[in-house]
Formats: sequence, structure tokens, C-alpha cells
Amino acid sequence: MAIAFDERFPAAGPPAAAVLSPRPPVIRNTAVMDALFRNVTRFFAFLVFCLLAAIVVSLAIGGSQSMHAFGFEFLWTEEWDPVKEKFGALVPIYGTLVTSAIALAVAIPVSFGISIFLTELSPTWLRRPLGTAIEMLAAVPSIIYGMWGLFVFAPLFQLHVQPLLKATLGNIPGVSFLFSGPPIGIGMLTAGIILAVMVIPFITAVMRDVFELVPPMLKESAYGLGSTTWEVVWRVVLPYTKVGVIGGVMLGLGRALGETMAVTFVIGNAHRLKASLFAPGNSIASALANEFNEAVGDVYTSALIELGLILFLITTVVLACSKLLLLQLAKREGASA
Amino acid sequence: MSDARTLASNANPVYRRRRRMNAIMMTVSTLALGFGLFWLAWILGVLLWEGAGALRLSLFTQMTPPPGSDGGLANAIFGSVLMAGVGTLIGTPVGILAGTYLAEYGQRGWLAPATRFINDVLLSAPSIVIGLFVYAVYVSRVGHFSGWAGAIALAIIVVPVVVRTTDDMLKLVPNSLREAAVALGCPSWKMITMVCYRAARSGIITGVLLAVARIAGETAPLLFTALNNQFWSSDMNKPLANLPVVIFQFAMSPYEDWHRLAWGGAALITLLVLGINIAARSLFSRK
Repeated sequence: MAIAFDERFPAAGPPAAAVLSPRPPVIRNTAVMDALFRNVTRFFAFLVFCLLAAIVVSLAIGGSQSMHAFGFEFLWTEEWDPVKEKFGALVPIYGTLVTSAIALAVAIPVSFGISIFLTELSPTWLRRPLGTAIEMLAAVPSIIYGMWGLFVFAPLFQLHVQPLLKATLGNIPGVSFLFSGPPIGIGMLTAGIILAVMVIPFITAVMRDVFELVPPMLKESAYGLGSTTWEVVWRVVLPYTKVGVIGGVMLGLGRALGETMAVTFVIGNAHRLKASLFAPGNSIASALANEFNEAVGDVYTSALIELGLILFLITTVVLACSKLLLLQLAKREGASA
Repeated sequence: MSDARTLASNANPVYRRRRRMNAIMMTVSTLALGFGLFWLAWILGVLLWEGAGALRLSLFTQMTPPPGSDGGLANAIFGSVLMAGVGTLIGTPVGILAGTYLAEYGQRGWLAPATRFINDVLLSAPSIVIGLFVYAVYVSRVGHFSGWAGAIALAIIVVPVVVRTTDDMLKLVPNSLREAAVALGCPSWKMITMVCYRAARSGIITGVLLAVARIAGETAPLLFTALNNQFWSSDMNKPLANLPVVIFQFAMSPYEDWHRLAWGGAALITLLVLGINIAARSLFSRK
């Protein structure tokens, strides 16, 4: 696929037409249709190319009023007061980062384990159904996670898990502040755990794909020297695929940062900065989902659009890094093959 | 022989430790898989349990009720189908044509690699920002929420999925097919539409199906575009009822009967989405 089509067939197309002069109408029509089709497809590709920039520009215009009013201080101001029209993004940004961090802390080891099982341990006939079942976690709509989280998961979490965490981790000096406050079920920890379940399939899919790129020769050499499966995974597979694994984690992070509905249901939507993970908080996406339609006044709307712009820029950078890392692995793979 | 080896290995502490480490890690890996499947089973179980009571015929025939009275989700189902249909109809041709450029004409120049990169970023972009974008460029201009705005937002989510699968599937078409067509004097636009599209058909259809499954449950981009409507409406220029936003509104409400309807809608959407996903996969694997 590396060679351009026209280079492979120098005799096809225009040169053949040039030999016949004057051109018969069929060939002239052909040349016109070819140019037309090519340019139509190029136009739509260009449209997709412009979409990213169009989103950034339109959000920047929409948020310009808030940018003028609050400047860069918007990023680290805690206050969010629609009545006095004073807005700062610190609480939603903090909530977004903390819930995503919790999600990754849970999802990375679990995804790693699932990928090991699916690539090394599972019998071949079970790989497809099990892999599909894990991928189905990604197909379940986000609002379903939210409803289930609010009505089923949060009450059980409040009753059984939060008191347990408080009794154990809450007594360890240094981290006890994370588990203080009343267990109310909803809050940042709950949102983080549900996010973890939602990003597991994305991270697992990438990890599986890159694990399968490892040349069998490398693994067989290690097995031949007497390595156990774990040693092969830890000392051969993981070092070989490190870049791709990080790319997969970044992809999961990008997903977690922008997840809206599930978080909106369970994070509690409180504009307060609390250290405790049990406390209700807010994320950028859930603040938008909850407040945008009720926002009164241009400054309020503009501040929310600026929040959206911040979210979009963060996720774009994270996803671009992920893509670059995965491309790097693919390129190395292409070079060695 | 094997007994002797086991004896020897059991006597060697280093070997014993390595074996123990391996056993622990492989058990942990299996548990991780169980952990993943556990959530899926739990969520589906709850949906079937709660949804079974709510999935009745009246769900499809009656309108969304005010709190405290009985009703269905007919207008929301209709609105969702309408918007998802229009969104797919707008997004699919755009995606297929752009994907065609990437796969067939994109070997030279900067546009194709750059577009491929941006498309992959858009594929995972937060859907609520897409809603905000459509609000900024369309809703705030015309001054009211509308079904068209919702359909446009959904179309923008469809495009990257279709571009990606079209690009991937056309790249899988063997070059010998293209060469055979050109050798017969076939112009390249005809080669692409009559040969490459046919060869890649099941893959492209899979992509479109996955895109439909993705937008069927999307809530966030509809909040600021289509909004909601309590009544039956097929006017795409007015706010349009749709299943995800109705579920959101009903689930967040304090009313029991609204909760029941929300569970019914949730079960309906999930069964549909998982069904489409499985159908798309089996369609592609049969090829």
C-alpha cells in the first residue's frame, strides 16, 4: 500500500488518453468523472480534517466573554457563584482529574490481568467469546452505567464498602484524610470506580492488540530457557510493548476525562473542594450536563462553554499522545518486519 | 523420570519461588477477567430484572406521562429513531467518502495522514463537547433547540467511526483486484465504486452498524441540541423527545412510576445496542 496508485500504473489514466487525439467522448467523460470523484472524496476528508479546529474555534468564541472577564485566573479560582456571576474552574477540573486518576488506578492492573489471560492463558476457543464479553462493557451506553450506579451500586457501596474502607485505610496516617467524612454512597470515589469499569474494555483492547504483536520467537526463546509464563510476560512481552501499553492507558485516560452521563449521576454535583474521596464533587462534563440548560445570563453560559473548551483541549492532547505512542510502536513493528 | 524432576525442583528454593510467583500472578490474572465479567453480568442482570416489569406493550403505544400517572415512551422512541436515522443518513456518506480518500488516494501528500490522526482523536472525543459545538454553531444562531440540531450532533459522532472502518476495510482489499479492474480499462472511480466497495462491503456495513449502536445510547450531545418534548412530535425543527434524555430526566426525578419507565427504556436501549453489536460482529466474522 505504500506505493501510490498512479505510480504503479503509469500507463493508466491520462497518458493513455493523450495518445488518442482528438479524445473520444467516453475517455473525456472518464477523466472528468475521475477528477470529480477524487475531488469529492478529498473535500469530505478535508471537512473531517477541519472539524477539530472548528470545534476549538467555535468554543473559544463562545467562551470569549468569560475569558475576558476572568482571564487565566479562571483555571485556579475555586468560587462558582451564578448569583454574583463569579466563576472559576478549579473544582470541576480537580474533580475530573481525581475521578480519572481513581479510574486508571483500578483499570490499569485489571486490564493488564485480563490481557494476560486472553493472550497467554485462555484456551483458544474461549478467547473470542471472552474478548467479546469484555468489549460489551464498552458498548453499554453511559447513561445505563449512571442509572445502575445511582440506584444499585451506590447504596451497596455506602452500606458495605465505604465503612470498610473507613475502618481500614481511614486509620492509616497520611491517607486517612482521603477516607474521612460520612459515607453517603455517591461521591468522587464512586464515580471513579464506575469510570474504571467503563475504561477497562478500551485499555484491554489496546493491550491485547499490542501483546499479540510480540514475535513468537522472542517468547519461545524465553520459554526455552525455562521461564515461567509470568516471567515471559513481565520480562519479555511488557518491555517489548511498553510504548503501546502506555498508549492504551492514555486512550483510557482520554475516555475517562470526557465521560459525562455516568459521572453526572453519581458524583453528587457539589461545587466544593474537599480532600475526602467520599465527598460529593463535580467534573467538567457533569457540570456542563447539569447546569448548561439552566444557565441564565451570558457570562454563566460563556463560563460553561470555556469549561467545555478546557475539557476538549485536555482530552485532545491526551488522545494525541496516545495515538503518537501507538504509531511509534506500529512504525517499529513495520521496520523490523 | 518426572517424579525425579519434581523432587529435584521442589528441593530448589529459587525454582520453587519462581513457580509460586507464577501461580499467584496467573491466578490474579484469571481473577481480573472474572472481575471484568462480574460487572457486565451485574449490570445486565439488574437491567433484565428491573426492565422485565416495565417492558410492556404500553411502553410503545403511550406517550410519556406526567408524574403520578401511567404511560409509555412512544414519543421518545419515535424521536430517537428519527434522530438516529437522520444522523446516520447524514454521517454515513460523509464518512464513507472521506474514508475512501484516505485509503485510495491518500498515499501522497499531507492531507490523508493528518486527517487520519485527527479522525482518531475525534473518535474518542468527549461527546458532550460535540453537543456544545452544535449548540454554539447552530442552536444559538437559530435561537431554539431542535431535532435537526440533535441529528447533526449525532452525525458528527457517526463520521469518525465510519471513516475509520472504511479506511481500514478498503486497505484490506487486495491490490490484485484493483489491478485486474484497471487492466480491463476501468477508470479509477469505477474501480473504487464497483470493485473496492463491493469487496469491502461487509466491513463497511459493520462500521455503520457500530456507529448506529454508538449513537443509539448517546445522551450528552442531545442535552443541548434536541432537548426534550413531552408530546408526540415529528417536527425536526422543534425540540424532539428522545429516549436517552427521557431516561436521564425520569431517573433523576423522585417519582416511582417515572423510575419504572426509565428502567424500561434503559433495558430497551441496552438490548438494542448489544444486539446490534453482536449482529455486526457476526456479520463481519462470517465473511
